[in-house]
Amino acid sequence: MFTKLKTITMTSALALSAFAAPASAEDIKIGVISILEGAFAALGQDGIRGVELAIAEAGGEVAGNDIEIIVMSSDASPDSAVNAARKLIEQDGVDLIVGPLSGSEGLALRDLSKSFPAVTFLNGSSAAQDTTLRDSSDNFFRFGGDGAQWMVGVGSYAHDDLGYEKVAVVAEDYSFPYTQVLGFMTEFCAAGGTVPEKFWTPIGAKDYSSIVYSIPSDVDAVFVALGGADAVNFLTQYNQAGGTKPIIGGSITIDQSILDSEGPFKQQLIGAPAGTPTVSDYDGAEWKAFSASYTEHFPDGFTAPSIFAHHYYMSAHAAILALEEVEGDLSGDQAAFRAALTDLEFVTPTGGTMRLDENRNGIVDNFVTEVFEREDGTLGNRVVKVVRDVDQSLGQDPATFLAQGSVSRDNPSCP
Amino acid sequence: MKSALFILPFALVPFFANDFWLVQIFGRALILGVIALSLTFLAAYLGVVSFAQATMAGVSGYTVAYFGPNSVDVGRELPFYVVLPLAIIMATLSGVIIGLIARRSQGIYAIMITLAVGVAFFYFTRQNYTYFNGWTGFSGIRAPEIAGTNLRDPLPFYLLIISVAMLCLMLVNGFIKSPLGLTIQAVRDAPKRVLAIGIPTTPVIVSAYAIAGFIAGSGGILNVWYQERISSFSVGLGPIVDILVIAVIGGLKHPIGAFIGALAFVLLDTFAVDFIDRERFNTLIGLVLLAIIMGAPDGLHGLAKSWLARFKKRVAENQV
Repeated sequence: MFTKLKTITMTSALALSAFAAPASAEDIKIGVISILEGAFAALGQDGIRGVELAIAEAGGEVAGNDIEIIVMSSDASPDSAVNAARKLIEQDGVDLIVGPLSGSEGLALRDLSKSFPAVTFLNGSSAAQDTTLRDSSDNFFRFGGDGAQWMVGVGSYAHDDLGYEKVAVVAEDYSFPYTQVLGFMTEFCAAGGTVPEKFWTPIGAKDYSSIVYSIPSDVDAVFVALGGADAVNFLTQYNQAGGTKPIIGGSITIDQSILDSEGPFKQQLIGAPAGTPTVSDYDGAEWKAFSASYTEHFPDGFTAPSIFAHHYYMSAHAAILALEEVEGDLSGDQAAFRAALTDLEFVTPTGGTMRLDENRNGIVDNFVTEVFEREDGTLGNRVVKVVRDVDQSLGQDPATFLAQGSVSRDNPSCP
Repeated sequence: MKSALFILPFALVPFFANDFWLVQIFGRALILGVIALSLTFLAAYLGVVSFAQATMAGVSGYTVAYFGPNSVDVGRELPFYVVLPLAIIMATLSGVIIGLIARRSQGIYAIMITLAVGVAFFYFTRQNYTYFNGWTGFSGIRAPEIAGTNLRDPLPFYLLIISVAMLCLMLVNGFIKSPLGLTIQAVRDAPKRVLAIGIPTTPVIVSAYAIAGFIAGSGGILNVWYQERISSFSVGLGPIVDILVIAVIGGLKHPIGAFIGALAFVLLDTFAVDFIDRERFNTLIGLVLLAIIMGAPDGLHGLAKSWLARFKKRVAENQV
């Protein structure tokens, strides 16, 4: 009895102090959810920098209201993202939430947002398609693209410019790669290409030999939508087994860390195209200004903003612009603020014009990059094509696009 | 019966707490406490540390998800009065199966076998799309409305959680005094003697796992209603270790330890990030857990008990 009473007194003291937490009515509280633990911690941290950068550029206030940010961490699981969001809303009383980082978390927060109509959710960098495309929520906004939008340009480039007719797909078995494959295949199949076989592997697989030897010998290239260590493992094993087909990369397949790693497979990557919304050393004027501002504010951050800093920045920046427009007025369940968000247009760090479609999903810029060899022998990615105004239905009629059904292992298909 | 009274202070919470404290802190602590109670029960009375509690809870959670309302078009909907008993039965059965697999193992071997079962279940849920919907799992799971009371509202839900927690504690306390409960403890202390007097140990051990499955399953239903979703993440290594941490910091020697540990864990898990620089909050959680385990080998419950004993002794000395 004693123990319990003691715990209760302690917690009630804690509880009371929490109720008494002073909150000035003028503060605008922004909750940020990112992954600050595990394998994604360093990248998640860069997402937070994106939000901090947007607020610092606004001088830390909007129309005389101070902006306060409260950070919560998730661990890439939907449950943790939901717990983080509930804590931010119910305990800290935030007005807006920026986040989360990964796809399944985004779907979970989209569902949660329906239970909290008084709070506005702005997606961080999560890129699942159905977050906004199907069953969208009135108070969930994504100032960015989904995984399919991030592949736009690659399919037609591979078919028309590189002349590939048949491509095999190797991808991890979860929602983000499905969407990436959809983005690639929609264009590639429309251009007349075929995908005879798709190989789905569990995340973290070490042994790809069964896949390596099953890749049909008559394909022209292999589209690889794997991330991090999985990509290194697959590419190494494919190369060692004597595989010589050219590679096409997904948005997280060929990043700088892979190009900097050691191994003969690297030579095979030269000329490999990939799709991405963020190119760290892009030489557009807006990107250079953004990158300089990032380096100035965060000398100990990365050498250039990552895809996560870029996307969290765009969401926070959009929120601040809309708040300025309504002079910080969040009354009436944020109706005026949301109307301002819906109609917002601004120039993104990649030089395009960001605006939302009717599902509150961003119409964005996308890049096709290719791997090239620098004079000193190291490898880098360079931009071969910028595609502006990419919408969520990838340029098709929205109704036709929706009618193709939810993305899965077997959809789309063009064998 | 007496120790069920320890839960009573939780019943006072609705009088002073807002919805966040009611559901997110105390509700979640009690739910995790119920699941950890199933581990504490096995550890205290059968002398086996099992890593499969999150799995048993996951079995009932997935049953509720598959046969209940969800938003992913997998499964078929049945009325809740069919689903709930079914979920409990499935969880109890999973306890029986795990008990059969682990019946001959003790100590580190029991840990490894139950961990293997847990991890196998995790990978199975992640890759099976027909019944578990793979990586994505189920979302949009709603607690039902029973007799006009919506169990999704904070207060009814909390009262339900607290009743389940109390019932589970009473079940454990009553059960260990029953003939079967006493036999379980006899198997813990001297399995050979139990055999020698003609009682086969396998059914006894399996029934202990079945009770553990029943308790974890009850917690699993509450947990899936609380999260409103379930996926492979909910039965992965993270939750498995969380349950063990809760049971250990609370104290493995007494059932009430599970709830003390759960409350400490939830408070830490929720607020550590507010107290310390955000990249470091996991270090704080780790250090506090380390301090508890080093300073109180029998967990928070053991620590409080020894304080109480010292306090009583001093009172007694003063009276002399």
